[in-house]
Amino acid sequence: MTDGQRLSLHVPEPEVRPGGKPDFSNVPIPKAGSVRRPEVDVDPKEIRDLAYSIIRVLDREGEAVGPWAGSLTPEELMEGLKHMMLLRVFDSRMLMAQRQGKTSFYMQHLGEEAVSCAFRKALLPGDMNFPTYRQAGLLIAGGYPMVEMMNQIYSNDADPLKGRQLPIMYSAKDYGFFTISGNLATQYVQAVGWAMASAIKNDTKIAAAWIGDGSTAESDFHSALVFASTYRAPVVLNVVNNQWAISTFQGVARGGSGTFAARGLGYGLPSLRVDGNDYLAVHAVAKWAAERARRNIGPTLVEYVTYRVGAHSTSDDPSAYRPKEESEAWPLGDPVIRLKNHLIRIGTWSEERHKQMEAEIRDTVVAAQKEAERHGTLHSGGRPSMRDMFEGVYAEMPPHLKRQRQQAGV
Amino acid sequence: MPRMTMIEAIRSAMDVSMERDDDVVVFGEDVGYFGGVFRGTQGLQQKYGKTRCFDAPINESGIVGAAIGMAAYGLKPCVEIQFADYMYPAYDQLTQEAARLRYRSNGDFTCGITVRMPTGGGIFGGQTHSQSPEALFTHVCGLQVVVPSNPYDAKGLLIASIENPDPVIFLEPKRLYNGPFDGHHDRPVTSWAGHPLGEVPAEHYVVPLGKAVVRRPGSAVTVLAYGTMVHVAEATAEETGIDAEVIDLRTLMPLDLDTIVTSVKKTGRCLVVHEATLTSGFGAELAALVQEHCFYHLEAPVIRVAGWDTPYPHAQEWDYFPGPARVGRALRDMMEA
Repeated sequence: MTDGQRLSLHVPEPEVRPGGKPDFSNVPIPKAGSVRRPEVDVDPKEIRDLAYSIIRVLDREGEAVGPWAGSLTPEELMEGLKHMMLLRVFDSRMLMAQRQGKTSFYMQHLGEEAVSCAFRKALLPGDMNFPTYRQAGLLIAGGYPMVEMMNQIYSNDADPLKGRQLPIMYSAKDYGFFTISGNLATQYVQAVGWAMASAIKNDTKIAAAWIGDGSTAESDFHSALVFASTYRAPVVLNVVNNQWAISTFQGVARGGSGTFAARGLGYGLPSLRVDGNDYLAVHAVAKWAAERARRNIGPTLVEYVTYRVGAHSTSDDPSAYRPKEESEAWPLGDPVIRLKNHLIRIGTWSEERHKQMEAEIRDTVVAAQKEAERHGTLHSGGRPSMRDMFEGVYAEMPPHLKRQRQQAGV
Repeated sequence: MPRMTMIEAIRSAMDVSMERDDDVVVFGEDVGYFGGVFRGTQGLQQKYGKTRCFDAPINESGIVGAAIGMAAYGLKPCVEIQFADYMYPAYDQLTQEAARLRYRSNGDFTCGITVRMPTGGGIFGGQTHSQSPEALFTHVCGLQVVVPSNPYDAKGLLIASIENPDPVIFLEPKRLYNGPFDGHHDRPVTSWAGHPLGEVPAEHYVVPLGKAVVRRPGSAVTVLAYGTMVHVAEATAEETGIDAEVIDLRTLMPLDLDTIVTSVKKTGRCLVVHEATLTSGFGAELAALVQEHCFYHLEAPVIRVAGWDTPYPHAQEWDYFPGPARVGRALRDMMEA
């Protein structure tokens, strides 16, 4: 008996709110190079501890250290730096375009560029990503034309999606990029289904599922993990933990679980945690997980520990729910600066050349933007036709829609 | 011509489809080794192997979500939701994903999936094994909704559904699996053995989606029905002596409006019957369409006979079911109007 003790409800709160001093001292950050690299066919039971650590390659001095280092050549790293810088400039231009009223909505990647840019380089042609709204690096690093992305954002007359989708909800099958829903978590189990199909057909392609920390609370996350585990689907299950789900800190979705990676343990999945702001570490872990899938060993859960420096979208102001200085206090630094410092450290890069490349990238993005704007922006210039609105609901337009189109006068 | 029950015809449709096309896969709860709780997939795993017909975890959003991913890859999944009453966890995947892949991606990705689910009551299934949720699907643009009423149609419509490039919700009136049912629950059970629509070709054939059929020609009143209620309507016409024209809609979306309008303009009266609850049911859509398109031909208001707006009860099943007594009363009232 508990002598009639009164119960009370636990509602978790972040450590700090606006006005407070940011404090990440409770986030344990292992030293770069300190986490072991198991063979890809390791028994998941033997690496349960990796779900509670953080795999890191770049140390404070910009040196690549430890068993996960060495998955990329200096040339590939240069390319990676360029992709991240492109994405950052693309974001800043599109964010401004939204403020100028050229589109209704935008979502940026600031601080998270390494995750999608580096992951993309671990995939092969034919593989399929099932992304959320914050993985445009998959497109940038996959060589998808920036102008097409902008056309989609502007919903102009060259929009590949004919103005039907919210800005940034791209679709690019030929580039291994599944149509973004805008719903949360639904794509996670679809990725598993796609991977199961590849296995059913004895194909060689693998899938990658993407989800954010907040959406792991959705039941489709559980559905995906059950299906992936049961059928050993060739899929990489990515969780991007950027600490914030709009205004809700990650603890609300994580609950009593130590980490998001640890969610995979109950399903018998090898579950790794990686420094999401470390391009080299992201790539090395992605490659490891992709190889497991490709060798038909099964799925892997990967948690990318990162920080959403910007707002969730153009529709919220983070200073209303977290300290403004929090991003600067984030202990894993900035992915672009860290890779730049590494390249300088190994002697293939310099501050001058970096500045020069920044300017070149800006010119490239501005040129693409001008080209896109020739096709119109949301409220001016060319736009998809009203006829397009009625097309594509079904392969063949049913009679009732034909009648409605007629009523609409198109 | 072989004779089949409706469940055998449904199984034959999947068999024929899997035989013809390696991309057709079948999965769901208990559908693999055991062959489904209604035996709809019996023998398919033995014939086509475990990777083409298999058991799924009890997770409807997972079943449909995985099927969507498979369709995006290029397969043609035909999945089973064990009872239509269990589809709600999958509703998000069906309505916002399956229904919209083609539209939102401008055809970059499509979703040719078929989702089978037993529907309707009459088997003392209570509130969680008797529902008729068709209106929850007809309201969703991008979905197609099929409800067969007999073995011949069930096979041809299911093959057409599996071959269709867009998602199809295939609702199987479970009370019809083993025999036609005219609503007289107190009479001996009949089988498909003596029914002309129990003659089902063993080979491939298609009953096209979007085509209704006149089941019983008549001149006095048009009865719009689908699934089990087709048999109830036919029996009621015979028993009341009212010369009703019974239309079996077969596909609710897309709807064969031409057949409906032609009939109502001829008879001047229209009764809509369905087993699902009345309010905001598919009958409301039918009644609206009939008055829009046939108003000047109508001699009486369009009447609906449907399940009462209550959960499907257990002990009161036959008080709930819109059987021949209620349908007959409505027909007589309409003729007097």
